[in-house]
Formats: sequence, structure tokens, C-alpha cells
Amino acid sequence: MANRTLASRKQTVIAIFLVIGLIYLVRLFYIQVIDKSYALSANNNVLRYVTQYPARGLIYDRNGKLLVYNEAVYDLMVTPLQVKEIDTVEFCRLLEITYEGFLERMKKAVKYSRYKPSLFEKQISKETYGYIEEKMYRFPGFFVQPRTLRYYPKPIGAHLFGYVGEVTQGLIDKNPYYKSGDYIGISGIEKSYENMLRGIKGMKIKMVDVHNREVGSFQDGRFDSAAIMGQDLYLSIDADLQEYGELLMRGKMGSVVAIEPSTGEILAFLSSPAYDPNLLVGRVRSKNYKLLSEDPIKPLINRAMAGTYPPGSTFKMVNDLIGLQEGLLTLSVRYSCQGKTSSPIRCTHTHQSPLNVEVAIQQSCNPFHWQVFRSIISNGKHGGIRNNYVSWRNQVMSLGFGHKLGTDLQFELSGNIPSAEKYDAIYGKGHWNAMTIRSLSIGQGEILVTPLQLANYAAAMANRGSYIVPHVVKYTGEKGNKAAEFKRIVSSIDPVHFEVAVEGMRQVATLGTARWYQIDSVTMCGKTGTAENPHGEDHSLFMAFAPAENPKIAIAVIIENAGFGSTWALPVASLMIEKYITGKIKRPDVEEHMLNTKLY
Amino acid sequence: MRERKNIFSNVDLTLIILYLVMVFLGWVNIYAAVYNEEYNSIIDISQSYGKQMIWIASSLFLGLVILLTDARFFSTFAYVIYGFTIFLLVVVLAIGAEISGSKSWFGVGGFGIQPAEFAKFATGLALARFFNAQHINIKDIRTRVTPLVIMGIPALLILLQNDTGSALVYGSFILVLYRMGLSGNFLLAGALVVVVALSTLMVGTIYVMILLIVMAAVLFFFMKRNRRNIINLIALLLLGIGFTYSVEYGVSNFLGEHQKTRINVLLGKELDLKGAGYNVNQSKIAIGSGGFLGKGFLNGTQTKYNFVPEQSTDFIFCTVGEEWGFIGSLVVISLFLAMLVRIIMLAERQRSEFSRVYGYGVASVLFFHFMINIGMTIGLVPVIGIPLPFFSYGGSSLWAFTILLFIFIKQDANRNALL
Repeated sequence: MANRTLASRKQTVIAIFLVIGLIYLVRLFYIQVIDKSYALSANNNVLRYVTQYPARGLIYDRNGKLLVYNEAVYDLMVTPLQVKEIDTVEFCRLLEITYEGFLERMKKAVKYSRYKPSLFEKQISKETYGYIEEKMYRFPGFFVQPRTLRYYPKPIGAHLFGYVGEVTQGLIDKNPYYKSGDYIGISGIEKSYENMLRGIKGMKIKMVDVHNREVGSFQDGRFDSAAIMGQDLYLSIDADLQEYGELLMRGKMGSVVAIEPSTGEILAFLSSPAYDPNLLVGRVRSKNYKLLSEDPIKPLINRAMAGTYPPGSTFKMVNDLIGLQEGLLTLSVRYSCQGKTSSPIRCTHTHQSPLNVEVAIQQSCNPFHWQVFRSIISNGKHGGIRNNYVSWRNQVMSLGFGHKLGTDLQFELSGNIPSAEKYDAIYGKGHWNAMTIRSLSIGQGEILVTPLQLANYAAAMANRGSYIVPHVVKYTGEKGNKAAEFKRIVSSIDPVHFEVAVEGMRQVATLGTARWYQIDSVTMCGKTGTAENPHGEDHSLFMAFAPAENPKIAIAVIIENAGFGSTWALPVASLMIEKYITGKIKRPDVEEHMLNTKLY
Repeated sequence: MRERKNIFSNVDLTLIILYLVMVFLGWVNIYAAVYNEEYNSIIDISQSYGKQMIWIASSLFLGLVILLTDARFFSTFAYVIYGFTIFLLVVVLAIGAEISGSKSWFGVGGFGIQPAEFAKFATGLALARFFNAQHINIKDIRTRVTPLVIMGIPALLILLQNDTGSALVYGSFILVLYRMGLSGNFLLAGALVVVVALSTLMVGTIYVMILLIVMAAVLFFFMKRNRRNIINLIALLLLGIGFTYSVEYGVSNFLGEHQKTRINVLLGKELDLKGAGYNVNQSKIAIGSGGFLGKGFLNGTQTKYNFVPEQSTDFIFCTVGEEWGFIGSLVVISLFLAMLVRIIMLAERQRSEFSRVYGYGVASVLFFHFMINIGMTIGLVPVIGIPLPFFSYGGSSLWAFTILLFIFIKQDANRNALL
């Protein structure tokens, strides 16, 4: 065979080389340039997106006292695939869990994913973490992720601060900011200021090797974002007053709200029975929440805004004010009172008769206020009883009753100032008059107010007819950065008429129903209330502001089923005013009596 | 004897440069593949890239020694060298160390030597020597059988070491036989065998058998129906059916479990991303994620963080693909094709049959490694653990490939010498 023929076979051989080379290049072009899925798989392989959780903003009181801060805790995470023959006995002992608990947690983690880390045990305390940290290397597959939890140095303000919990799936679906496992404010300030407190989550992109060991940051952290801590809040709350109020209200059901009249800033805001806010934090939260929610005294209810009560006699000045505004009542108008034999409403107090508006307030005379109310409804100039009632109702509502005040706290109730339509429905249109709804004249009947509304009413008195929407947060972030503007609401009643009502209230505290708990150096203007209610004994109410000349504090105290307003609510309010204005208590006997009394 | 300067003046610079470029790129990519920030010097000999530097230096020395050796030494002692490596292959079976399932290593201190690597050039030399003899006639049965025996002995011994991949390399010498006159039908038949075997595994014995029968029937209809043709057809059909059956039988009875899965994964019959398919899948991810321009030197994540197994040895091409992208792949494949074509062209210009046959042997071995190694990293051929010449980490393989290539360079440099 000719060698020349065979030599041509080199072309075949070279062709084979080139064809294979070409096939490979086409294939490479396909997987490297055209098909993008490999790049994605590579990122899934190597990149771990680690959320950086910001610490929530801190909360201070009006004097810069720290009320809420954060403590580091550690979530123990597990990547099931990497867990290799660990000493489970030792591990369970360290974590203080049972072997069954261990298996159960592992099962849950495996169910989520074998390759991705999931929560094994949440919120290990700093102490436990310190204890197990050095032993972690013996438990491959486990690692810890730092988180922060709320901590309250003083066990006060539970209803005010509210609490933080894990987001629900419903919320995650609605708001893309939240991811499973995030925390969110669920009630109180934590909820209403969530957007400021939460901060901004960061993201660290870490690279891991095939064993899921971290091997560094992705592109030197070019795409990382640091977590930005939430903004701090400076509250209008006075921590000392709040704490004192909570002490005084211990063993009593009810609520105290104190407001600085000139600013609408809430100084104290408490609901009793209260609970230590530290109970609703971290691992113990769900257990304690269950306990608290099953407690028959309902400590979780925020009575200061979500409790509604008949205002009783504290409401009497409202009728006087409207009477004065309508020109149906003047200082010279006197009505007589037949005491216990008065009709249709009898009087429980012993006093002169006939009497004028100031004395009527001072003595909390029922017949007088019935006459005022009757005259507003029957003799008003708005064209008939129903229209007079509508006008009356509008004026009442202009004082902050019957609607939400629009504070910066969540879950506020409106209370109730019944509408004309309501009475039409009950009695039939044209079939009701002043007589039918006479209970309204003394703050009973269908009227319901919240303690917050009552305190706001006291502030409106102090301001002679206007109030600034009450709120608890003064500043956010740096001091001087106002959280929000709160409007000044001016009532429909002329300020001059308030002088009359305020004088009545001043006499209440000096000569009238509240004279037993005067404060030496401070003149109060107040009004007691003893509200009948269908749930048992009368509620004890007191609303006041002080000092009379230059009001610094307006306060409302309601103690449920305690009896006379002057016996329970008054001394609590009086002590709190004394504490706030003078800084010390000069009536240790009164204080001790209040501190030691348990009413439920 | 010629003067010393002439020894170098005849050396083919293209091959030398291609060799140096490939060895250098290999070193750089090994560095990137196992890069360790604590030992970031490329010459740190505690790391494999530092060791590779030593291998490269010693390879260059080996190459120099070969160039300085008389060219006739290799043809004269071809059978002796072949015999010696066969001897080593037998010895390693008896006293060798077993590393990852293959009993193919001589352990010397901290280093291991793999005789199987060196048997490649020895077999090439033996084949060249055989065809260099006068009165060779490929039609002669003895001429056909002897090369098969020369190729078969080392292949069989290596198979016994449980190193299937390296054993298969010896099949590549069929290209040499083809050049020496073996009918092209053998190459075709070989390709057909692969196709039938693969389709049997993919779609099942029974369908391939039916297909063969249908094809035979069609052939029968169209061909000239004489007695000889009919007998041939029936024989072919029976042979085909028998082969189909034996493939199935062979795979289920002789292949190990891991080889079976590897084949199944390649054929797409099994998706086992954590097991046998893991290597290929991760390798494809690494290469595929490189994109057009690659992630850049030392920026590869898949190889550096060990997602790709054996990233410095058998899967070194992943680092190329990931860090240098399609451009890098193109460069490496072009380098190989350039070297292969250059070797063939040089082989053809040889006056000595020995040099030509040896040249074809070199090209065949390099091509087989190139095809299998890169093919497996991009999922086109089954995972067969053989290194990528000049790139993969490893002393034995680099030495062996250097010797393989430089003996040819030496022969070529000496082509003008009197026969």
C-alpha cells in the first residue's frame, strides 16, 4: 500500500481532533454564555444571605430616664445535613432540653430543609450562650445568630409600651419588609411607632464552602448593608409618676391617666391590674401570654383606653358649660333641691337650697344638673327637643367625648355619647324628651367615657376649653426632633364659661366633696364621681387639674367597683398630683392607706 | 556526532512554547483552585501549587535531559523500556499502595509514583519500534495482532489495578493503527459499537434488538441477495444482538455499583445530584457560572470552596471555565488542538517510521486525555478519572506527559539524521 495514500489519513485524524474540539466549544458556549441557570446555581451554592437584625430603638421618659432597652440573645440555628455524630446527651444537658425534645426539633428542622439552616432553639440567654459557646465546635451543624430582645429595667408601663412578637404569616404576605422570624410591635408604643423603632434590616452576603463553613464575605462586602438601629423615642411619660401610680393602683382595678394640659403630653398612663412587661419577652412570652390572657382579672386589657365607664358626676360640668353657652344658665340662676325627696333624680348630698351653679358643682347636686339638662333639651333654641339634643351632643363631643381622640397609641375606644338616632330607635322618633334621657344629666345612662377622655376633659378644663390631642411620644431620635404634630382642638364653648366651671371645681377640692384630700401647697380643681354601673358596686372616679393658677397636670382616676369617688379615686389622684408637683408626699398616712388597700 | 548547538536549533519551538504555556497556565489554575489565604505564595511548597512548581521544574529538567540524549537511544531501547514498565506494573500490583481504590502507586517518602502514567510513552515507543521494522504488512495477521498485544498487556495490568480510566487510554492507540493502514472501517465499527452500547443502556436491550432486526430486514430487501451476502448479514445481525445483550449483561454483572450509577447519570436515566451526579453537576455549575469573561483570577467560588471535587487534578478545567470564562475555555481548547495538529504535522514530515508512529502515539494519548477529561467536566462523557495533560496537579502525570512529548520533540529534532 502506498505510503502517500496512508499519509492522507492525517487529514482524517486532524478532522477528528477538530470536530471534538468544536463540539466542546459549542457545548461550553452553551453552558457558559447562553444558559444562565448555572450562574444561579453557583450563587445558590456559595452565597448565604444573612439578615442583620437591627436593635430596636430605645425608649426614654421625659427626663431622659431609660425605660426600654435591648439585650443580646442568641438563636441557635441548625443545618441538619451537617450534624454529624454529636454527643446528644451532653448537648441536651447544655441546652436543658430532653432527648425527645432534641429529636422533635431536629425533625422540624429536617422538614424545613436539610441544607438550609433553621431555628433550633430560640433566644438562648447570654449566660447560656457563654456557657455553650466554647463547646460549639463539638457540635458541627449548629451555629448561633445574635438577636436582641426588649428589656425593661423597671417593671412598669406594660400597657403603654405594649410588646413585641414574631410577625404572623398574614402580615408577611401584606408587607414585604417582614420576613419569617422577624419581630414586630404588636401593641402599645411598640406598635404605633413600629416604623421608627424597628430600624432597617441589613444584609450580609457571606460565602460558604461545600461544608457550609463561612469562608468570607462576597466581593469584600460590596453588596452588604449594615443594619441601622431603630430611632430612640423620648416619651412625655414621667417615669417616677408612672411608677408611683402603678404602686398606688396595685390591688385595685382601674386606670390612671395624667396629662400636661399645656402640651397634651401624657405624663402617666396606666391600667391596673398591670403586669411586668419583662414577662412578655423572649422564650417565656407565649407561656406567660397564655397565663395572662386566662387570668380572670384580665391584666392584658388596657383599661386606660379600652375601658369605658359611665363618667357619673364628673360629667356634670359638661351640662353646666353647655347651659352657660346656650344662655340658659347664668351665675344668678338658682334651682332648689329637696335632697332625698327630689324628683325625678334625688340628691345624695346635704347642702343649701336653692343653689347656683358653682355650689351645685361643689356639692355635686343632682337635681340642679337635672334642671340644667332639662332646660337645654326642652328650652333650647335649635328647633325642637331632638335638635336641641343633637346640639347638646355636638358640644359634648367637642370636649373630646364620644370619639377617638387620635392619640399615638393603638386600640383606643370611642366611648359613647348616644346619638339622636339611637334614641329614635329605642323610643321611637318624637317619643323621647329630656325626662326620658334624664340620666345623661348626671353622667349616667348610655354615656361611656374612657379614662383617657376623662383626663383629656380635665386638661380641657385647665385650658379653658381647648385641648391638644394627648400623646406619649415627644421626640424621636435626637432630642428636639418632634415625632408628630398634635392638633389643638378648641371646643364649641366660650372660654369665659369655663371660669365658672373651674371655680366650681376649685370649691370641690376646698369646700366640697374632695375637701378631705387637699394638698398643702397646691390648689386642685377637681370633681369626684361615683358611677352606678350594671356590673356591681359603683365605680370610684375623680378628675382634676392642678395647680389651679397654672395647671401643670390634669388627671383622671377610675377605680372599678370601689364605691365613692371621694374615698378611692380622689386620694390616688391627690397623691399623684402632690408627687408630681412637689416631688414628695407629706401625707404618709394617706399614702400608706392607699398602698396597702387591696380592692380585689 | 552533531554539535551541541544543532541539537537545539532543530527543536520545534512551537511545541516547546505550547508546552510551556500550558504548564504555566496549569500551575496558575492549580493555585487558584486550591488557593489558601494563609499560604498565599504560589511557591509555598507546603501547598499543592508549590509542589506543582517543583514538578514543573523537574519536568523541565527531564525534558532537557531527553533533548540531550541521543535520539537513537529511544528506538534502540524501546522494547527494554517497555519491558521495564510492564515489570513495574506487575510489581505495583504486588507491593503497591492503594490510593482511592486504585492499587497503582509506589510510595516513596511523601511522594507517590504511578507506573501506569509512564507505561503510556513506553507503549508508544514499543509500537513505534514494531512498525519501524521492515516488511510490515497490515494485512498480515501477525502485524495486526502484535500491536494489540503491545497495547493490551499494560491495559490489562492497569485494569487489574482497578484503574479503568487509565486502562482505556491504551485504546487510543487505535489511531496509530489507523494511520498505519488499519481499515477505516475499524474506526467506524468502533464508533458504531459505542453508539450501540450507549443506546442499549439508554433505551433498553429489547428496543435496540428490534431496531437491529428492522435494519437487517431493510438491508435484506435492498441488497443483492446472494448466498454470501445473506450469510454475512445473518452473522452481523447475530453479532449485533449478541453484543447488545452482552452490554446489558456486562454492565449489570461486571461494573461496580458506582460505575453503573455514573453511566446512568450521564445517560440521564438517573438524577443523583448528591451522589454520582454530584461531581458532574457541580463541575458544570462551576464552568457554566464563568460566563463569557469569567469571574477573574482567584474569584472563582465553586472550585475554591470545594464544591467541585478534585478541583486541582481531574477537574482542573473547572477553574479555567469559572475564572476565565468562555474565553479561557477557548484558549485552553485551542492550545490543545494546536498542539495536537502540530504533532500530527511534524509526525508526517518524519523520514523515520519510528518517529512518525511515535508521534501519532503521542497525539493519540494526548487527544484521548483531552477528550475524556474536558468532556467529563462538561457532562459529555462519563466521569473517568484521568488527568488533563500539563494542567492537572500531579508529579507522575506531568513527568510522564513531559517525557512523552519531549521524546517526540527529540525525534523530530533529529529527523535529518541519517537513518
